[in-house]
Amino acid sequence: MNKKLSVAARREERWGWFMVAPTIIGLVVLNLWPFVQTLYSSFCEHLGFGHYSFIGVQNYKDMFGNTEFWKATWNTVYFCILTVPVGIALALLVALLLNARVRFKGGFRTIFFLPLVCAPAAIAMVWRWIFNTEYGILNQMIGGKIQWITDPKTAVLAVAIVSVWSSIGYDAVLLLAGLQNIPGTLYEASGLDGAGKIRQFFTITLPMVSPTLFSVLIMRLMASMKIYDLIYMMADETNPALTDMRSLMYLFYRSSFVAGDRGYGSAIVIWTVSLILLVTLVQFQGQKKWVTYDV
Amino acid sequence: MKNSLRRSYMITKLLTYFFLILGAVIMIFPFVWMILTSFKTVPESMQIPPDILPKQVNLDNFKEAIASLPFGNLYLNTILMVFFRVVCAVLFSSMAGYAFAKLKFRGKKLLFGIVLVQMSLPSQIFIIPQYQMVAKMGMANTVFALVFPGLVSAFGVFFLRQTYMSIPDEVGEAAYLDGCNQWQTFYKIMFPLTGTSVAALTIFTAVFAYGDLMWPLVVNSDLKMMTLSSGLSTLRGQFTTNFPVLMAGSLLAMLPMVVLYLIFQRQFVEGIAGTGGK
Repeated sequence: MNKKLSVAARREERWGWFMVAPTIIGLVVLNLWPFVQTLYSSFCEHLGFGHYSFIGVQNYKDMFGNTEFWKATWNTVYFCILTVPVGIALALLVALLLNARVRFKGGFRTIFFLPLVCAPAAIAMVWRWIFNTEYGILNQMIGGKIQWITDPKTAVLAVAIVSVWSSIGYDAVLLLAGLQNIPGTLYEASGLDGAGKIRQFFTITLPMVSPTLFSVLIMRLMASMKIYDLIYMMADETNPALTDMRSLMYLFYRSSFVAGDRGYGSAIVIWTVSLILLVTLVQFQGQKKWVTYDV
Repeated sequence: MKNSLRRSYMITKLLTYFFLILGAVIMIFPFVWMILTSFKTVPESMQIPPDILPKQVNLDNFKEAIASLPFGNLYLNTILMVFFRVVCAVLFSSMAGYAFAKLKFRGKKLLFGIVLVQMSLPSQIFIIPQYQMVAKMGMANTVFALVFPGLVSAFGVFFLRQTYMSIPDEVGEAAYLDGCNQWQTFYKIMFPLTGTSVAALTIFTAVFAYGDLMWPLVVNSDLKMMTLSSGLSTLRGQFTTNFPVLMAGSLLAMLPMVVLYLIFQRQFVEGIAGTGGK
């Protein structure tokens, strides 16, 4: 190709720049620059009205010395432990059931997917009512007096139940697509070799669906690390279990926009993002052990 | 032998249906319970053991919910926010997606890198500076503020770029030879071929914007300028134990999207799942 661009190529280049311009300008103004600002203000004290003064690592020192912060970190991790494995296992089960030859497949899919289109704020409200200690239908059904949302022991669990319930349909639909890509001939061949259903699941289904399983895992982990809306809706200021269910993003919201301590808030969000990156990297390392890509 | 095979087949089938129906009941029940409660009086809702059905269909809870929240404004704000976010996402992402997929220009890799960086960072990391920008512009408590972070969509660019890459280059070349310039090729020939993906991006953007809670809470504190999500969140402080009103409010808040979902089930499921999510 000529070093000098032809007229047509130069015109193409101008169109290219023109067509990506709105997006790139938007991303720089709305995301790239704010990212730099957040990083910088995590080393600053917020003086009010968007003015900052540099204070070095003080915010991080305060943060790492704060028990509430560590509690929120643990709550977030604990929430992930509660939601991710169980949620994915259940979603895989639902996907397997939907992949069987059943009637009303579309109807079931629609039902399992329904929570996805409902605002988390509304979903949380409904579950607060179900979890209500005195009059909630759940306690009445199991004949207990469990203080689901206000007992520090069960508060995160309650949020986790709602989270799993609302994300199961989404994960199941993704996994179902993965399952449907498995060629039926694999099962026929192994069936002729005398492999039972359970062996087929572990020797064919699981390895074949593992790439999808991995992407669902990553997505679910990232979403769970960022949990905020359900906790915001389910934990009132007066909730005695408040400190036991606050997540990192909840703490970020409180520090930045209720307490107005935006430097400290920035430090929390930087910490959270670092944690997410770390967890994701670990997963990408770990995938080599269990994800099968060679088809 | 044949009999036992047949029996194990029947058992598998039965178990499959059993678990599917059990799952479906668990998924549906909270919604049914919400609807039933929204028609009950407060004493009715506190019956022990509970009455399943309300004694009569009374709409008082809905009236009370509407009296305590400006639902008209909330609907309007939410619709406008969703509308503008969708228009921006589809328009700008289609343009950029096409350019990244089909055009040669210097700096392409670097610019696409910016798209990827944005996609891999959680939106919360941008919120404080975004809020400060809106505040500085004096635009807090406006529809513009609600739309602001969604003016461009890195995810949309990424997603539509893949769609354009799947269209053979010959299609564009043919149009070019017919005398279309790059814009005409994009607008008249290529864009109409991406209908399914544009629908998916529309649904994905709409559902995500509709459910978002933190940004509208941060940026619009005036009750009249809130969205359905953020407005609803203020209700829980007002009616701590009046669950029938809370259920009526929740029902009103989720209704528009649920109705759309029930009409366009397939497009919703495939749209949201097809985009792979964020």
